[in-house]
Amino acid sequence: MVQVTSRPDETVEGAGPVTGPSPAPDAAGLGRARAAGFLVPSMVLILLFLVVPAAWTIYLGVTNYRLTGLAAANPEVVGLENYTRALSDERFRNSLVLTLQFVLGSAVIGQACLGFAIAYALRDRRGPLRRVVEAFILLAWILPSSVVAFLWIALLDRDAGTLNALLGMPGMAWLLDYPMLSIIIFNTWRGTAFSMMLYAAALENVPRSHLETARLAGASTGQQLRDVVFPRIRGHVLTNLLLISLWTFNDFSPFLITAGGPEQRSEILAVYVYKVALSGGELGFGAAISFIMLLINLVIALIYLRMLGRRKERA
Amino acid sequence: MAAITLRELTKVYPNGVRALDALDLEIADGEFFALLGPSGCGKTTLLRTIAGLELSSGGSVRIGDRDVTSLPPGQRDVAMVFQDYALFPHMTVRDNIAYPLRIKKVGKADRQDKAARTADELGLSALLDRRPGQLSGGQQQRVALARAMACHPQVFLLDEPLSNLDARLRLEARTFLKRLQRELGVTTVFVTHDQAEALALADRIAVMEGGRIRQVGTPTEVFRRPANTFVAGFIGSTPMNLVPARVRGDELAVAAVRLPVPEDVRGELTDGEQVVYGVRPEYLDYSPEPASGALTGQVVVVENLGSFSLVSLDVPAEEPDAGATTSVQVVVPEGREPEPGDTGWVTPRPGRSLIYRDGELIGSTAEAAVPAPRTGVGADA
Amino acid sequence: MSTVTPTADETRTEPSRVAVRDVLARIGRYVFLCVVLAFFALPLLWLATAPFDDTPTIAASLPQFTLDNFRALLDNPYAMTSLLNSVWLAGGTALLVVTFAALAAYALSRVRVPGRDALLYGLLLLSSIVTGTATMVPLFELAFRLNLIDSRLGVILILTGGLLPAAIFILKDFMDATPTSYEESARVFGASPLQIMRHIVVPVVRPGLATVGVWAVANVWGNFLVPFLLLRGPDKAPAAVIMYTLYTEGGQADLRLLSTFSLLYSLPVALMFVFVSSRYGFRFHGGIKR
Repeated sequence: MVQVTSRPDETVEGAGPVTGPSPAPDAAGLGRARAAGFLVPSMVLILLFLVVPAAWTIYLGVTNYRLTGLAAANPEVVGLENYTRALSDERFRNSLVLTLQFVLGSAVIGQACLGFAIAYALRDRRGPLRRVVEAFILLAWILPSSVVAFLWIALLDRDAGTLNALLGMPGMAWLLDYPMLSIIIFNTWRGTAFSMMLYAAALENVPRSHLETARLAGASTGQQLRDVVFPRIRGHVLTNLLLISLWTFNDFSPFLITAGGPEQRSEILAVYVYKVALSGGELGFGAAISFIMLLINLVIALIYLRMLGRRKERA
Repeated sequence: MAAITLRELTKVYPNGVRALDALDLEIADGEFFALLGPSGCGKTTLLRTIAGLELSSGGSVRIGDRDVTSLPPGQRDVAMVFQDYALFPHMTVRDNIAYPLRIKKVGKADRQDKAARTADELGLSALLDRRPGQLSGGQQQRVALARAMACHPQVFLLDEPLSNLDARLRLEARTFLKRLQRELGVTTVFVTHDQAEALALADRIAVMEGGRIRQVGTPTEVFRRPANTFVAGFIGSTPMNLVPARVRGDELAVAAVRLPVPEDVRGELTDGEQVVYGVRPEYLDYSPEPASGALTGQVVVVENLGSFSLVSLDVPAEEPDAGATTSVQVVVPEGREPEPGDTGWVTPRPGRSLIYRDGELIGSTAEAAVPAPRTGVGADA
Repeated sequence: MSTVTPTADETRTEPSRVAVRDVLARIGRYVFLCVVLAFFALPLLWLATAPFDDTPTIAASLPQFTLDNFRALLDNPYAMTSLLNSVWLAGGTALLVVTFAALAAYALSRVRVPGRDALLYGLLLLSSIVTGTATMVPLFELAFRLNLIDSRLGVILILTGGLLPAAIFILKDFMDATPTSYEESARVFGASPLQIMRHIVVPVVRPGLATVGVWAVANVWGNFLVPFLLLRGPDKAPAAVIMYTLYTEGGQADLRLLSTFSLLYSLPVALMFVFVSSRYGFRFHGGIKR
């Protein structure tokens, strides 16, 4: 995290002797008091509804708090019991593996690769084809999740689904036989728009002259991508991977399609927590799993940020 | 309209940088005054401190008979034109020009009328309903000037007024600006890093370095008699030749020849003293034949600059280290350029030689009474 | 059309081979784009056909055109209310997010606060983690203790808290891109901070405010989890939750109701997208360079 915080505007100060006027500390004559006042509403809400819940998760995770019953009134601190229970729980481990499959399959491979391929294929295209392709991809992204969930249920329906009708294989129960594959493809469909737009913006930053230099030197498309395009957009790639990995990791919408089933075969962690904590009422245990999820999120973030930092050092 | 008086003006940034170091400066009523210096010398900070956008850490700023040191910018009765003009992109030219009047609670009809008249004076009438984004750089500058004029301030402050224009437009805008200032007669302070711009526009110039003023004077003074080697090197489109020299009785040992010590400083030098001999390339005469009292060396580079050429010679350095050379540049009029490899002689014109001790000019910076036709080369970059 | 189809070694190979490869690359690109188009369009087809079909099935098919299905929608007690609920939630949240984020972003952009970037990145990271499902337990708890269960205000506040860090981040980018000379210029003319805010800053960053507003509306409009967790009865439930109950509860789903409701519920965000993309161009303009 430390690396990313060194944005250019911070390095201006104290760079060598007098370097012109240092950027105005207070261009609008706002004053510290008023500036602090401007910050207060946001900070209160963020503190209350982001920071406090995150901290609370840690506390709840060491209690046997339940939604109903005796432990609802008097939760007891049970130490790390929830954690040891989670780590030895087959269902949790299964869920963790499924989540990693989900992130790797739908975010890293699905959204990022497909998004880049589309952005690259459309990069210097104008006109109706580009607009239509982009419009559909964006629609998939912006439509409400409960609507698209039903669209996919309808698409994949065993008896009358459009897909089976098209493929001519009625009776194929996609959601029952291939639940993970279904939600991975669903999430790829759902989220590719973000990666596509981000890469489209990134590709515009690759100077044409660099690509032309590579082509004059006789580089193939693959070599151009490797030697010219990727080094220029590495920061975008990492940022994109970081964001979509986190989003996908915490995504709840597969619940709307498979509800974790059949037999927990698509029960990713987000769904697992919901079932354990809110359907099952084991709030303490659920919080412990939530906290493990937070930690994994943090690890994902740190790995990407480290890679991003290394890039900056080399630059 | 008013004079500006700065006393002991100091600005220290929180990070310890002294952007202004106890400046004293008087800018006369109606004067067109330039703050000139390399980037980071504090000139923009000084301008912004006069405007009130930066608060000084010490000293005082007076505009006319008011002490404005701790007044907010809006109460100082100044107008500022920013380097990027800062025209509000969402307002038309009319609304931009009328904006200061809107703040001063002038009625809508009145201020629009006033804006239209000001725009008319600057030839902007046809553009009143456009947005800044639809204007050329030169037009934007005029709108910014019109907006500054609209509220009749006592002082105009211009930050790098010409730097955002392309080269050709810049000359045109320079002439326009000088004429406008003459006509309005408002005390005007402008910041520039371009010495040619300062020489061409200003009545007087303050040359700044490292938060201090190194010289204040008319363009002629700072050009002909720079107070120190910093100013000497900064002013002029070709920097002054600065050659190490040693005093030998009534003569100076400069680059292996002996030159007479200039009359005005004769009494102030001691024998054997190490000094720096300075003379502008414009004030040297080149000759292909040996001449007395001339530096001699080999021509290495000839740069054609249009009506004249800049010729660089390698002259042998002063006695001790034989073999070492110093570069001396001389301006040669068209048609008389030597070829690289030629041997040439350069003779300083009388009264144009300057002697610096520890970087400071010996003698007065006031113009010596030696008539010398100005070549006009210096101000033309 | 495609002038930059990469032709690897055109300096070495003879023209005909280059031309062939050029054509192949172009065909490959078209085929790829058509497959992509089919993949993304296929699931959406049903949404376009079923609402107008007098006997909608679960498969997309050419409809027997009718508008009768929309009557079923009006007959359903919760359908229209839920859309109204969604409007309340989305509008309220967007208003709070834009107002608070604009104030905070302006302060952070213009006044030097030590550690402000670290703070912002930390919050952004936290928000992308916490708004997900990981904190549903404490959020539920918190809402319970603050008496915000089954309250629209609770949903609005929680959603606002989750969206604020990213909104501040986006808006700060816009504010940072606005030259301070605008405000300084206004200050020299004597404008007060509030006048500067009203006359200069808000109009100049209006595209940013619109972007964040639209983004917040879209987010809340589609958000299922928070209202699903916090709102009890169907009378307060927004469309996202009602939509879900329509196809999970009560045996055989009424496809006529479901399809028309889906369409009506999707339409606002789709229209908003069309509006934004025609007005501002729906892409990142280098804003994401973290």
